[in-house]
Amino acid sequence: MNTTANIVAEDRAPGAHQTGRDRLRSYVIGFVLAVVLTVASFAASSSSAVWGPSIPVLLGVLAIAQMGVHLVFFLHISSAPDSTNNILALAFGIFVVGLVIFGSMIIVSNLNHNMMPMDQLLQMQR
Amino acid sequence: MSITIDTATQQIALDEVPLSQRGPAPQRVVAGFGFWLFLLSDIIIFSALFAAYAVLNDQTNGGPGAIELFNKRHVFIETACLLASSFTCGMMVISVDRRSAPSTYFWALLTLLLGLAFLRLEVSEFSDMVLHGAGPSRSAFLSSFFTLVGTHGLHVTAGACWLLVMMAQVATLGFRPMVMRRMLCFSLFWHALDIVWIGVFTVVYLGAHG
Amino acid sequence: MFGKLSWAAIPLNEPIPLITVGVLIVGIVGILSLVTWKGWWPYLWREWITTTDHKRLGVMYVILALVMLLRGFSDAIMMRAQLALAAGHAAGYLPPDHYNQIFSAHGTIMIFFVGMAFVIGLMNFALPLQLGVRDVAFPVLNSVGFWLTAAGVLLVNVSLGVGEFSRTGWLAYPPLSEIAYSPGVGVDYYLWSLQISGLGTLLSGINLTTTILKLRAPGMSYARMPVFCWTALASNLLIVAAFPILTATFAMLLLDRYLGFHFFTNDGGGNPMMYINLIWGWGHPEVYILILPAFGVFSEVIATFSGKPLFGYRSMVMATMAICVLSFMVWLHHFFTMGAGANVNAFFGIATMIIAVPTGVKVFNWLFTMYGGSIRFTAPVLWAIGFIVTFVIGGMTGVLMAIPPADFVLHNSLFLIAHFHNVIIGGVIFGAMAGYTYWFPKAFGFKLHEGLGKAVFWCWFVGFYLAFMPLYGLGLMGATRRMQHYADTSWQPLMIVAFGGAVVILIGIILTVAQLVVSIRTRNRRRDLSGDPWNGRTLEWSTSSPPPVWNFAVLPVVSGPDAFWRTKHNPKGPAPKYEPLEVPKHSALGFTVAFFAVPLGFALIWHIWWLAIVGLLGIVAAVLRHAWRVDLEEHVSLATILEHEQAQQLRAARA
Repeated sequence: MNTTANIVAEDRAPGAHQTGRDRLRSYVIGFVLAVVLTVASFAASSSSAVWGPSIPVLLGVLAIAQMGVHLVFFLHISSAPDSTNNILALAFGIFVVGLVIFGSMIIVSNLNHNMMPMDQLLQMQR
Repeated sequence: MSITIDTATQQIALDEVPLSQRGPAPQRVVAGFGFWLFLLSDIIIFSALFAAYAVLNDQTNGGPGAIELFNKRHVFIETACLLASSFTCGMMVISVDRRSAPSTYFWALLTLLLGLAFLRLEVSEFSDMVLHGAGPSRSAFLSSFFTLVGTHGLHVTAGACWLLVMMAQVATLGFRPMVMRRMLCFSLFWHALDIVWIGVFTVVYLGAHG
Repeated sequence: MFGKLSWAAIPLNEPIPLITVGVLIVGIVGILSLVTWKGWWPYLWREWITTTDHKRLGVMYVILALVMLLRGFSDAIMMRAQLALAAGHAAGYLPPDHYNQIFSAHGTIMIFFVGMAFVIGLMNFALPLQLGVRDVAFPVLNSVGFWLTAAGVLLVNVSLGVGEFSRTGWLAYPPLSEIAYSPGVGVDYYLWSLQISGLGTLLSGINLTTTILKLRAPGMSYARMPVFCWTALASNLLIVAAFPILTATFAMLLLDRYLGFHFFTNDGGGNPMMYINLIWGWGHPEVYILILPAFGVFSEVIATFSGKPLFGYRSMVMATMAICVLSFMVWLHHFFTMGAGANVNAFFGIATMIIAVPTGVKVFNWLFTMYGGSIRFTAPVLWAIGFIVTFVIGGMTGVLMAIPPADFVLHNSLFLIAHFHNVIIGGVIFGAMAGYTYWFPKAFGFKLHEGLGKAVFWCWFVGFYLAFMPLYGLGLMGATRRMQHYADTSWQPLMIVAFGGAVVILIGIILTVAQLVVSIRTRNRRRDLSGDPWNGRTLEWSTSSPPPVWNFAVLPVVSGPDAFWRTKHNPKGPAPKYEPLEVPKHSALGFTVAFFAVPLGFALIWHIWWLAIVGLLGIVAAVLRHAWRVDLEEHVSLATILEHEQAQQLRAARA
């Protein structure tokens, strides 16, 4: 009824093609980069060398960079074809995370702007 | 990469067969991807908690706010512990791949100790705050703080327990495929916790303003 | 010692729950006694309770859904009866306190334990067969997911006899659901049942997504998957992405209730609107989780019974994935009237209208599939045609309410109730019934009685219109939802018509049960010997009915879409070469975890802390025990496989 080619191929978990030494290098480089970025974050947050209002943006960029370092060097996310599903899932996840966090912030701030504050509301009921 | 061809009538070169047509993936890939999806779902739980923190962090109800409560030096040490534990976890994964038990136990122990150090610091911060009347029921800000950071801490605790169980599995069952798949999943989990912590310390601690 | 639990928790002074619980206990004891007397426990334990076979788990999910349909529908007909009576000076027969629990239970049960259970059951059953593989990615986890759902069901039903259910609707909005305004155990029953079953659903989502993306037959690229697999993929991606929001939000409400946190309280800086925002961030994807598999069922049914390939495969897939993404961008339309400004409302209003477009694409594709085909008007096709008509009407009323100013009039009116029942019954229930009828012969080896199946359809179809079209009118006249009594007696005639519709649906449900009984008793007349009773197009029809545990002795090699249709009409290639196989072994983990989850949930609800710890330790112990199991697969010998294949060939020859 059906042809019987039993193709047994091995697509790999991300990063599985790396040798032990490649892996070690990946972790060491990742660790060094992460340390540098972390120290930079802490320094930036209390530094007067950076213009005040831009500090949150800088911290955000540094945080994203740190997360990227973790994803690439520790979790071995790459552009290899066996990684594609993982990247698509990650992209969907980031999309939802962004919507939940920024969507909530925008919506609730809009609500707070338009509605009477809760303590005033409660006072009206007394 | 290898290929087994089972019929006399078809010769198939692996490179010509796209990945999506190669049939069911091996168990290691399946387990890794399934766990990756679980991690994404966990991160979405954290995103809801982050959203709650973002929305409620100015609701101090007359109580203490972020600036009064958070100590950056303390957080820096916590961050260092967790980041270092991510590195030692990576070293452990290399040992597992080499199937070297002593090396695995060594790096696992370091990972565990660094994780426990992180937890101890966090517990001391929390108990300090509670003792000074800044517990989670004081205000919405504190509720969202304790929940966000506490949930992360609970995950680290669960990870530490899981690591202990994995060491017991290595000791009793050896480096069989099932155990190695679980070690892979553990390492994904532990790294993901560090990623979440990056978000936590940036937004909650470094982002604190009066 | 027993926390808040006392003898007062049993509703001795409320006849309706008391009698219901009495009947239920007699029924359950009766069934358990019968099973014991007949000696069926070893069989049930080995073949059903500890099964990891996706086909059996799928069947159990559907049985769970049908049983809970009875409870959810009882709530519905009680409400319709109350409203038919309670006009003007008449008070009806249900006190408000009771009525509030009924509508809360109705919604909770129908969405979580009928809708979700049904579609997850159908996906569980059909996906590995359609994908040409032997089981899902994580068979043991599949069992855990099912039993956790069952644990949630059990807890909700226990609330009928011990304590009370919530009075806060199916979403439990604060501040009403906070401890200050709902100090009883009702909201806790709601929250813990759904946290437990929600975990089961999440595990299912991870399992099925991984299966579709990583486990397909050789040659089955994404473009060669049946459309049902694509809609299942979208639905399960939504489960993985949306259910965590529900878990987190319920956790925050639980922290408010148990530990005095201030997420959503009125005081302490809490923000109840944040709950509404987050819960709908889950709630809107949830309704797409429900409808997408139904869309997939209709794609399969319409193509099969039109004798044509589905029209516009690529646009179907793109429409499905577009719905998947867009479903996360419309959630504020559930609270247009609750304080957002015009700009924000406008964004979500427009987004809601946009999401109707891919659904429209799908409807046209179904119609074009039928056009020019030789249609066989079997029961599944009736459900499909009924769906197209009904769902389009419901969708249009949804787009109407997507206009914020219109919604200011219609929010929380009976118009809204009519709309969502229109799409859920016309979409999800009709799809579930179509899938149930379509795949029944594959699962059990014989078809359902066709005449009774058509009667069931007509009862649901006519009953639905009678029950819900009046509600559109009532909503426009000002009737609100969750209303136990109303002053305007001119509404009563429409309420009575609606009650009549509910009675017609009741007949449909009774006929469904009758159909099952009759079909089983006369099954020899409708045996499916060939495995392909409908002249199907997809791989599940290439197996025997029911399929063996291993589904396929040799995984099929796929060279195009509608894989089975191809090989059916162009058989080629050498005879298959059989080899011994490994199949997943059965496992008690799922049942054991759920067994401890029930007292854990019950204890948390009633503040019996020592029992909660016992439950938790039991779960941990079961997990640890499973972690050390090394024999996870069962060997299937070549002889067994050959015997099955030969028997099937003989059966098919008789067909």
